Amino acid sequence: MSSVKKEKNLGTDLRYYISLSADKLQSKWKTIVIFIPFAWLLLFFLTPFFIVAKISLAELVITSPPFSKMIEWVDGGVITIRLVFDNFIYIFDDPLYARTYLNSVKIALISTFLALLIGYPIAYAIVRSKPVTKQLLLFAIILPFWTSFLLRVYAWMGLLADQGTINNILIYLGVTDTPIRLLYTEFAVYIGIVYTYLPFMILPLYANMEKLDGSLNEAAADLGSGPINTFFKITLPLSMPGIIAGSLLVFIPATGEYVIPDLLGGGNVQMIGRQLYNEFARNIDWPVASAVAIVLLLLLVLPMAVYQHYQAKAAEVK
Amino acid sequence: MHNERSGFLTLMLTVGLAFLYIPMVLLVIYSFNYSKLVPVWGGWSTRWYKVLFESPEVWEAVRLSLQIAFINATFATMLGALAGLAMVRFGKFRGRTLFGGMLVAPLVMPEVITGLSLLIFFISLKELIGWPLERGFTTITIAHITFSLAYVAVIVQARLTGMGVSLEEAAADLGAKPFTVMSSITLPRLAPGLLSGWLLAFCLSLDDLVIASFVTGPGSTTLPILIFSRIRLGLRPDINALATIIIIFVAILVAIAAYIMLRQQRRELIDQQMAARGDV
Repeated sequence: MSSVKKEKNLGTDLRYYISLSADKLQSKWKTIVIFIPFAWLLLFFLTPFFIVAKISLAELVITSPPFSKMIEWVDGGVITIRLVFDNFIYIFDDPLYARTYLNSVKIALISTFLALLIGYPIAYAIVRSKPVTKQLLLFAIILPFWTSFLLRVYAWMGLLADQGTINNILIYLGVTDTPIRLLYTEFAVYIGIVYTYLPFMILPLYANMEKLDGSLNEAAADLGSGPINTFFKITLPLSMPGIIAGSLLVFIPATGEYVIPDLLGGGNVQMIGRQLYNEFARNIDWPVASAVAIVLLLLLVLPMAVYQHYQAKAAEVK
Repeated sequence: MHNERSGFLTLMLTVGLAFLYIPMVLLVIYSFNYSKLVPVWGGWSTRWYKVLFESPEVWEAVRLSLQIAFINATFATMLGALAGLAMVRFGKFRGRTLFGGMLVAPLVMPEVITGLSLLIFFISLKELIGWPLERGFTTITIAHITFSLAYVAVIVQARLTGMGVSLEEAAADLGAKPFTVMSSITLPRLAPGLLSGWLLAFCLSLDDLVIASFVTGPGSTTLPILIFSRIRLGLRPDINALATIIIIFVAILVAIAAYIMLRQQRRELIDQQMAARGDV
C-alpha cells in the first residue's frame, strides 16, 4: 500500500519538476524575446539622446569631433565635470531663435487645425460608407502615405511655381495677368504640411468614430434633435480622443519639419527644423545644434506624453 | 454606423480624394512632357526616361537605396515582431513602460532630432571603440532599422490583439509545447502582418531623406538624397520621370500587401463560418 502511494507521490513530484523546468525555459525564452529589441532601442534610440544632451552642454572646440569633453582628468586624478550653459544662453539671447521656435509652433498649429477641418468630414464620410466602399476608401487614404513623402512635396512645387499649373490656369481664366507668387511662401508650407500629414489625421479619427455607437444618434433623433444639434452634442464630444490623437500626430512632426519649409518655403519661411539642419550642416556648430534639438525636444515632450497616454488607454480598451 | 452619407459628406470626401490624388496625377503626366521646362507642355515624349536610364548616378543611388531598404526591412521585421510579441503577450515585465515609450517615440519624433542624435552617437562611438570607421551604408541601415521597427511593432501589436489567445490556449491545453504553439499557430497567423510590416519598413527606408542625410558619409548617396539635391534648385523633368517609376513601384508593392491581408481576412471568416456550422 505504502509503496504504491510513494510511487504516486514520486510521479506527481516528477511532473511538478518537469513543469517547473518548462516554466523556467519559457521565462528564459521570454527574456530573450524582450531583451533583443529592448537592447537595440536602448542603444540606438535612447543613448543618442543622452549624448546630444551632453554635447549641448559642451563648448565648441576646433578639433575632431568639434566639441569639448565634459569629463576630464585634471592633475592629481580629480575628475571635474564642466557644464557650459552658454549654448542655451546663446539660443535664448538671440531673437532669431525665439522667433523661429514661435514661428514653427504657429505654422504647425495652423496646419493641424486645417488638417482637422479637412480630415474630420472625410473620416466621418468613410465611417458612414458601406462596408465594401469603406475598405476601398481607407486604402485610397493610406496609399499616399506609402508613396514617397519627398515626391509628394515635389508635386506641389510643380503646382505652385510661378509658371506652375495653378498659375497657368489662373492666367488662362483671366483671373490674373502676371503669375501670383505661391511657391516660397508661408501659404505653400501650410498646403505642404496639410497635404502630406492628412492621412495621419484621418486614420485615428476613423478608428475612433468607427467604434461610436450609432444608436445614440438615433435616440437623439427620436427625441427631436436635428442632425446639426446631434453632431455638436453627441458625435463631436465622443470623437474627442480621435481628434486629440490625430492632431498630435500632425502637430508634433510638423513642428520639427525640415523638408517642407526648405522646398516650399524657400528662404522666406523660418522653421526650427530647417534652422537645426543648417546649424549642423553649414555652421558645423554641433553644441549649438544639440542645444537647439534639446529645446525643441522639451517643447514637444508634453504633447508626446499626452499622445502616449492616449495610445496606452486605447490599447487597454481593446 | 452604416447610415446614409449626407450630400455634404460625399462632397468633402470627393474634394479630399481629389486633393490627395490630383497633384500625383499631374506629376506623372508631366513626366511625359517633351519640354525641358516642366510646367510648359511641349507634347508627349519619353525622352526624360531615357535621360534617367543613362545616368550612372541614378543607378548607383537606386542600388544603394534598395540594398539598405531590403536589409532594413528584414531586420526591422524581426525586431518589431519580437517587440510586438513582448508588448501584447507577455503581460507586465520590468521596464515595460520604458519599452513601450521607446516603441511609440520614433513614430512622432521629429526626424531632425533623431538624425542629429544618431549622427553624434556614431561619431562618439567611433571615438570610443573605433567603429563605425566610415559613415554610409551601415550607419544608414542601423538608423532605418531603429525607426522602422517601431512601425512594424505597431502592425504586429494590432494583429496579435485582433487574433486573440483562444487558439494558442486550446493548443496548449492539448499538450503543445510553447515552441510548437509559436511555430504552428502564432507565426502562421501572424504572417500577413509580418509581410505588410516588411513592406512598410521597405517603403519607409526607400523614402527617408532627413535621417539618411544626417548619418551618411561622403560617397553614399541614397535615392532621396539625390532627388533632394536636384529639386532644391527647382523643377526637373527627369525627376518627374523618376517619381513616376517610384510611385508605380510602391503602388504595386502596396497592392500586393493589401491583397494578401484581405485574402487572409476572408479565409479566417470562412473558417469561422464553417466552424460555426460544425463542418470542421
